[in-house]
Amino acid sequence: MRLSEHTYRTVSSIRGPLIFLNRVREVRFGEVVRIIHPEGGSLEGEVIKIDGDTVLVQVMGETRGLDTGSAVIFSDAVKRAPLSVEVIGRIFSGSFAPLDNEPPYIPERWGAISGAPINPVARARPQDFIETGFSTIDALNTLVRGQKLPIFSCAGLPAKEMAAGILRNARLAGGGQFVVVFVALGLTHHEYSYYMDVLAGMQGGFAAFINRAGEPVIERLLAPRFGLAVAEYLAFCHAMDVLVLITDMTNYCDALREVSTAREELPGRRGYPGYLYSDLSSLYERAGRIRGLAGSVTMLPVVTMPEDDITHPIPDLTGYITEGQIVLSRELHQQGIFPPVDVLPSLSRLMQQGIGEGQTRSDHRQLANRLYRHYSRGRDLRRLEAIVGRDGLSGKDRQMLDFADVFERELVHQGNVRRTVAESLDTGLALMQRFALEG
Amino acid sequence: MSGTITGIAGPTVTVDLKGLRMYEIVLVGKAGLTGEVVRLERERAVLQVYEDTRGLAVGEPVRGTARPLTAQLGPGLLGGMFDGLQRPLEKLLERDGPFISGGSSASVLDSPRQWHFIPVKGPGDRVTAGETIGQAEEGAFRHLVSAPRDGVLASLAAGSYSVCQAVGSYDDGSPISVCQEWPVRSPRPCRRRLPPTEPLVTGQRVVDFLYPLARGGTAIIPGGFGTGKTILEQSVAKFSDVDLVVYVGCGERGNEMAELLEEFAGLNDPWTSRRLMERTIVVANTSNMPVAAREASIYTAVTMAEYFRDMGYHVLLLADSISRWAEALREISSSLEEMPGEEGYPTYLASRMAGFMERAGVVETMNGTVGSLSMILSVSPPGGDFTEPVTQACLRTAGAFLMLDASLAHRRHFPAVNWFQSFSLYEQTMVQHFSRIVDAGWTEARRRCRTLLQREEALREVAEIVGLEGMQEQDHLILHSAERIRLEFLCQNAYSEDAFSSPEQIMAMMNRILADHERLEGRLAAGDTLEAALGKGGDEHASQ
Ligand SMILES: Nc1ncnc2c1ncn2[C@@H]1O[C@H](COP(=O)(O)OP(=O)(O)O)[C@@H](O)[C@H]1O
Ligand SMILES: [Mg+2]
Repeated sequence: MRLSEHTYRTVSSIRGPLIFLNRVREVRFGEVVRIIHPEGGSLEGEVIKIDGDTVLVQVMGETRGLDTGSAVIFSDAVKRAPLSVEVIGRIFSGSFAPLDNEPPYIPERWGAISGAPINPVARARPQDFIETGFSTIDALNTLVRGQKLPIFSCAGLPAKEMAAGILRNARLAGGGQFVVVFVALGLTHHEYSYYMDVLAGMQGGFAAFINRAGEPVIERLLAPRFGLAVAEYLAFCHAMDVLVLITDMTNYCDALREVSTAREELPGRRGYPGYLYSDLSSLYERAGRIRGLAGSVTMLPVVTMPEDDITHPIPDLTGYITEGQIVLSRELHQQGIFPPVDVLPSLSRLMQQGIGEGQTRSDHRQLANRLYRHYSRGRDLRRLEAIVGRDGLSGKDRQMLDFADVFERELVHQGNVRRTVAESLDTGLALMQRFALEG
Repeated sequence: MSGTITGIAGPTVTVDLKGLRMYEIVLVGKAGLTGEVVRLERERAVLQVYEDTRGLAVGEPVRGTARPLTAQLGPGLLGGMFDGLQRPLEKLLERDGPFISGGSSASVLDSPRQWHFIPVKGPGDRVTAGETIGQAEEGAFRHLVSAPRDGVLASLAAGSYSVCQAVGSYDDGSPISVCQEWPVRSPRPCRRRLPPTEPLVTGQRVVDFLYPLARGGTAIIPGGFGTGKTILEQSVAKFSDVDLVVYVGCGERGNEMAELLEEFAGLNDPWTSRRLMERTIVVANTSNMPVAAREASIYTAVTMAEYFRDMGYHVLLLADSISRWAEALREISSSLEEMPGEEGYPTYLASRMAGFMERAGVVETMNGTVGSLSMILSVSPPGGDFTEPVTQACLRTAGAFLMLDASLAHRRHFPAVNWFQSFSLYEQTMVQHFSRIVDAGWTEARRRCRTLLQREEALREVAEIVGLEGMQEQDHLILHSAERIRLEFLCQNAYSEDAFSSPEQIMAMMNRILADHERLEGRLAAGDTLEAALGKGGDEHASQ
């Protein structure tokens, strides 16, 4: 173990965001370094490869203006976050610098930002119902405490209105409040002010990590890790129920691709690195509950599907890791339906645990199954109707077509009205009765 | 022998240690992380480290262990949950708390627990490697203890022993214990391989009836996310008619592992009524756990599975998902800067996969009994596209292909096994078996069921042209019965009482639907309309 920081002035080359140094000794993999800018100030970097005494450093920020005479200080430590309940109510940059002109706080402890995997046998199964106020979620794709459930959106769809609706309205079954950790990656100014208004109204408090569109790309890789280190700390050291909203994961993945390309790594599908799945897992899998501990981390990432394509690697790999997905549809949006959730490709994998007697209502499971069955039948028939016309269909089939329409207009669509789960289920029940439908 | 770390890049660590062998295990750094030698050069060795290397420094010490990655095999594995390196996760939890930290080594079977050993051989007996020399009592499970090698026994005595104690010795003085070690990357030997002849009954109607699997066979379940791979794997783990299940959560979700443990703890094996966990071993290396250990996890699992096969048991290995293993292989290969093949996977992907799947089979074991090792592997093709390299590599070796269909899953038709594109190479043999054992009508019922499904498909195409109204009453009947087959028979809700069907129940259910169909055909022939015939109670099960 080295006892102090070491300074080297042995930069041999600088290439994009990468710096090579020679004759460096006893360096750690992942070690944080500080690069002194010749024009004043400093930049942070991380050791990403060591070969003998040659060290490769990834610079967090612009290398513009650096030269081979720049001094590099090695810290002997991996990247850590200052943890304290004092983060609640604070707004930070993507590299954890305060943006709110408040004084810094004294950390209770420092935690490695990449965290450590939760031992699978230590996990408690997520199961407590969370009421979001949206029928398409509460009745048909139920969210539970400790789940990770992304919103798959398309450019121009109201994902942020939906995310904001969930932030405002999410209630735990016992009536408890969430503490929100908000991680913004590559946000436009417009989106930024929208979300800040929403956060200001949060009763349970929030901590925000904001990286805006014009800010360093590399911070998009750090901000979620800071946010999750904080969320884990609040949940598992202070027994809080934390809701982590990350938007937009597509910007995260693009940042990862950019950095990977700069490192000259082998590109995978669509240029994203081959380790994208493992990397995304290292974020998403930090949601959960732990046996014997009270708190929880529930995660709502927003993913904008490039080209509206759900098979694009970003939504695809996300869907492979998260516990379901809420999929927004351009078609429903164009019909003025809000939230424009297409329930057929949507899924909550943990729904079974969160519904029924004692959680929502005893008829929930059966009702949800039936609504799905009839709606998907109606949707299938729309295709047939387009070919043979409405008259070519039997009376029963015409009825299913109408059911699908009314389902979208009355159950899916709710505008800005918050519905309790009972109201959502009753809406569904009323639909079934109106069409005299049973199993 | 000792040396130091000279380079680090992700999980790849270079050391200046000499005298290492390929695939030898090396303890890396002050924390003692586990690494495996993957490349040897004159002056240095390249290791693949099984744990997070962040914080590791050059100059830290490394130490060879002179042995490859091994699994410990003996009583005490059943009901256990291990990571990809076979570290017991419960013990790690007790010792280190809920988060896994690097360098924790907890040995698998080191518990002080005593096992009662009853010998079947005695001093002076000549034994051959793999021959049964006695039995350890592990609950209701007959745990056979075998001779580690050929030789003459000098002693062997009944009594209670911990896994480290000697139960006897050879005449050259070397000790014998109830536990042994085996290098995970080498298949355990058998006397000879036999063809699969018995069905692997899974309790899933679509599988057992349409695409039957074989004990000792291999099957793959490819499907995009949300198509039901994990639920199908878990259902099969719960209900299949085997002696022992090894379940590998390979690079998937942590919560699924918690769910599996919690659910299995409350369930019984439907065939023996014993606790389900008593026949289950779980290997969990979730997606956020180190990638190199994920790569190793399937070998750790298959070695444990072979160990029980060698006692003459029918063992089923389930892996969810083999694609994550392939991706781990890709990540390691790329950090070694190997030349990439298709989609960045190393060119040896297919041969490694085949080598792994070859470890399934029915064998005559070294102790002369017959055991089987079956494999069901889920595959997670990117974008749900089955032309990708992993699905294709699996297809070359797999005996059955249960294709999960996203459009069925979106309609909540589960298990979403596509009934046109799936196949089972064991079909003929197994159908004959079911016809013999369950019901002589099995073959004919299958044929009729298939015909109805095929005619439905054809009629749907017609309907797209002429509309449903333009069709014959007979056609409507086919659509009606095919719909019943789909909704009542092929769909099987894993969260309900219906989650398991025995072959007898499968037959009864199919016969009911077919009998109704026949009765209705009769009515139509007599001039009734379908609606009228249905109204006359010709179809009492339709509304169930
Ligand atoms: N047999 C089944 N019965 C009822 N629901 C099922 C069944 N199989 C799958 N599902 C539903 O589909 C969801 C996804 O299944 P899962 O096995 O997790 O998919 P995959 O592993 O392919 O991503 C489950 O959460 C459940 O809601
Ligand atoms: Mg799965």
